[in-house]
Amino acid sequence: MHAVEVNQHPGLNLTQHSDVHVPKNATVIFGFWIFLMSDMVFFGLMFAIYITMIGATADGPGPKELFDFTSLALQTGALLLSSLTAGMALLVLKYNQRQRTMVLWLLATLILGLTFLTLEVRDFIAMFAMDAGPWRSGYLSAFFGLVPLHGLHVTMGCLWLVVLLIQLSIFGMVPKLKTRFMRFALFWHFLDLIWIGIFSIVYFGAWTYG
Amino acid sequence: MDNKEQYLRDLRTYVYGFLLAVVLTVAAFWAALGSGWAPGTVLSVVGFLGLIQLSVHLRYFLHIDRSRQQREDLDLILFTSLVVLIIVLGTIWVLGNLHERMHMHM
Repeated sequence: MHAVEVNQHPGLNLTQHSDVHVPKNATVIFGFWIFLMSDMVFFGLMFAIYITMIGATADGPGPKELFDFTSLALQTGALLLSSLTAGMALLVLKYNQRQRTMVLWLLATLILGLTFLTLEVRDFIAMFAMDAGPWRSGYLSAFFGLVPLHGLHVTMGCLWLVVLLIQLSIFGMVPKLKTRFMRFALFWHFLDLIWIGIFSIVYFGAWTYG
Repeated sequence: MDNKEQYLRDLRTYVYGFLLAVVLTVAAFWAALGSGWAPGTVLSVVGFLGLIQLSVHLRYFLHIDRSRQQREDLDLILFTSLVVLIIVLGTIWVLGNLHERMHMHM
């Protein structure tokens, strides 16, 4: 019988016995979901610009010269793994297991997020060294409008996670903090969705087409 | 319902989602870099795999499904997707047409 458990909002739902006020929590999380969807429209615009700019390289370097697929694979792996570790942390939260275990999963998520950022920044620096920055062509302007925008989101996510970890160490696992962690997890999984678009369209699409 | 049983089900959801995501990602990388197919085929395959992976992430990580309580969440994501599709396809259509008329290669 699975009828007992109902989904109130996106993301992992807490059990009925949780100390979090369920209807209020559902409202707050739905509001955050609306923010994520408006963010998706923003990314959609950047994708549209990028697609129309494929080929507008002004005789500068294009996808064939610039992309490092080993780095792309590592970045993708780090993000996917960090989604799993974030999910594991949320499971600890839902089933009231040891806070220490949750902190370890969250630290793993943070480290994977920072690994992703390090690899991405390293790629950008290598591109700058080839005089392939946003100033070079319309194509590269569009590239640097979109990919670092996702990177900026990951940076903010890492910062958010650090703040939450500090709050956790001060206040302990209070109900208010639980809903914050749930929203953080939504944000983090959402960034994965954008990343799928980035490696499919920005990297593979342009590489195949350009 | 037994708490332990529910825990295992939730755990399986994340692990299955992760494994599916890894398989789909590896398939997309192979299709783009290792398959040697014609560009048109590669684009369709990568696009198709991307769409499946999006739904896997939504289903297993964001827990969006067709159960009754989540209808608003699903409505919102479908509506937003519609807006994004109109923006993206409209932009490509209009600017692609412009490029063609100006004899530029996009």
